[in-house]
Amino acid sequence: MTLSCDALAYGYGRHTVGSGVSLAVAPGEVACLLGPNGGGKTTLFKTLLGLLPAQGGSIRLGNDNLTDLSRAEVARRVAYVPQAAGGYFPFQVREVVLMGRAAYLGAFAGPTPRDRQHAENALARLGIAHLADAQFTRISGGERQLVLLARALAQAAPIIVLDEPGANLDFGNQVRVLAVIRRLAVEGVGILWATHAPDHALACADRVALVARGGVKNYGATAEVVNADALSDLYGVAIEIRNLAGGDRRVCVAA
Amino acid sequence: MKSLAWGAAVVSLLALIALAFSIGSFAVAPADVLAILWSSIAGGAHAAPPNAEAVVLSIRGPRILAALLVGAALAGAGSAYQSVFRNPLVAPDILGVSSGAALGALLGIWFSLDPWSVHLLAFAGGLGAVALVYALAAAYRQHDPLLLLVLAGVVLGSLFGALIALIKVLADPFNQLPGMTYWLLGSLAAVTPEESLAILPAIGIGLGVLWLLRWRINVLSMGDEEARSLGVDTRRVRLAAIVAATLATAAAVSISGVIGWVGLVVPHLARMITGPDNSRLLPAACLLGAAFMLAVDTLARGWGQTELPLGVLTALIGTPLFLWLLATSRRGWQ
Repeated sequence: MTLSCDALAYGYGRHTVGSGVSLAVAPGEVACLLGPNGGGKTTLFKTLLGLLPAQGGSIRLGNDNLTDLSRAEVARRVAYVPQAAGGYFPFQVREVVLMGRAAYLGAFAGPTPRDRQHAENALARLGIAHLADAQFTRISGGERQLVLLARALAQAAPIIVLDEPGANLDFGNQVRVLAVIRRLAVEGVGILWATHAPDHALACADRVALVARGGVKNYGATAEVVNADALSDLYGVAIEIRNLAGGDRRVCVAA
Repeated sequence: MKSLAWGAAVVSLLALIALAFSIGSFAVAPADVLAILWSSIAGGAHAAPPNAEAVVLSIRGPRILAALLVGAALAGAGSAYQSVFRNPLVAPDILGVSSGAALGALLGIWFSLDPWSVHLLAFAGGLGAVALVYALAAAYRQHDPLLLLVLAGVVLGSLFGALIALIKVLADPFNQLPGMTYWLLGSLAAVTPEESLAILPAIGIGLGVLWLLRWRINVLSMGDEEARSLGVDTRRVRLAAIVAATLATAAAVSISGVIGWVGLVVPHLARMITGPDNSRLLPAACLLGAAFMLAVDTLARGWGQTELPLGVLTALIGTPLFLWLLATSRRGWQ
């Protein structure tokens, strides 16, 4: 199943943030959004998820228009990992992850033992089973981000959209999340992912979109899109891309 | 909470009910209370004095049932409202159900209608006020729906407050005003058996629907966008929860009058004990609300010559209880 949009215009209310955006994320593909703060990445995501109405163009999930699908149908196809907020109520981590199963349950139903198993598996896959009994509001921001990722895994959707999942994570957890993203892609999950770290895109994205005010500036294979000039232009500071000694791994540094 | 704790809570509530039956200006021995209740359920004779039977079955029974129902309805609805609005300061009155009911009741008293019409007007006023608030908020769709609901509730609530004040000014100060004041402070002193049974269906349906929606309401309490991305039709779930909670509250308020505090603080107390999961929170809030209301009402009529208004007593007793729990509890709000 492919998530795609064509000539998409997005924004809040009457204010348009970006327009003319065409993207596609196929199964097993990692697409990465790079762009400055306030560039509209989150707005684009929310529009792609149907949380904000599109101002123009179309969004398709597989063979269906997004607007023809119910919230539960959308959630069974696309899982969303938002930027971790504090949470309002002190739910147990286990219960938060379990909420990923909502799209599979009727309005009056609660989670079944099978749903609970999905949740436990998702926690184990991210190596955070030890957090299961903790209160979601009391764990660190990085742990919360991992819990939300686990919730998306429990949602078992073929496409996962992640909004800056690395922003609150320490270096070890960033590496872990990158490894999870790669593994999910190998398993056939399509990943659409916004990040502040161009290195993450260089490390594991198949395609990259450069997003700034007005829309997507460039979208294509990582090697073509991510270069020193494009990044310098995108962020407004001088940036160089270097090859690490003894390999073809590329990293991004301030010039 | 483990099943042992639930069992203990239910047993304490039953003990409280037995106590409430025997306490009062006419004391009835607990054994007589049990004998009278048993014979009324199972048939057969009992050895208790006949006037004790009248007190237990016709006077205290309805009042105790009403106190339990009103307490459970207010606290259960309050816990649902707090989850839906993600706010511990939200009470069932946030969308205007109490002020709407008060306006309806006062209109009924002003026009010198019979008690049943006053109850019905109060019930309709409560439902109508919330319907109006919801319709008003739905008219502006591009804004944050929760904020709009709260704003519309506050604005219409103050409008109803002004109309209530106006009716009190215009009312006959000797024949009507005391009844109005009495209604606005809340009381179960005049509850008849028919009245306490009449609110049972609405409260049962309201709390029943909230119970069925308990897991959806959990997801909803994570925030609107998150709940939608998880596959929940938030507008429908929120509407269903609001309708159910309003139905229970309006029915309760229509016979008890305005009783503040219970719907605001009892859910908060319950959350400190059970945590935020509505499958434990909702029954705990109902149990606690019923017990608290019964204890307060029993105190109100056992106090002395004059009956103290419930709206006053709930705050007088509840506040120290709440402060004590706040100091000793770890769970609840972050």
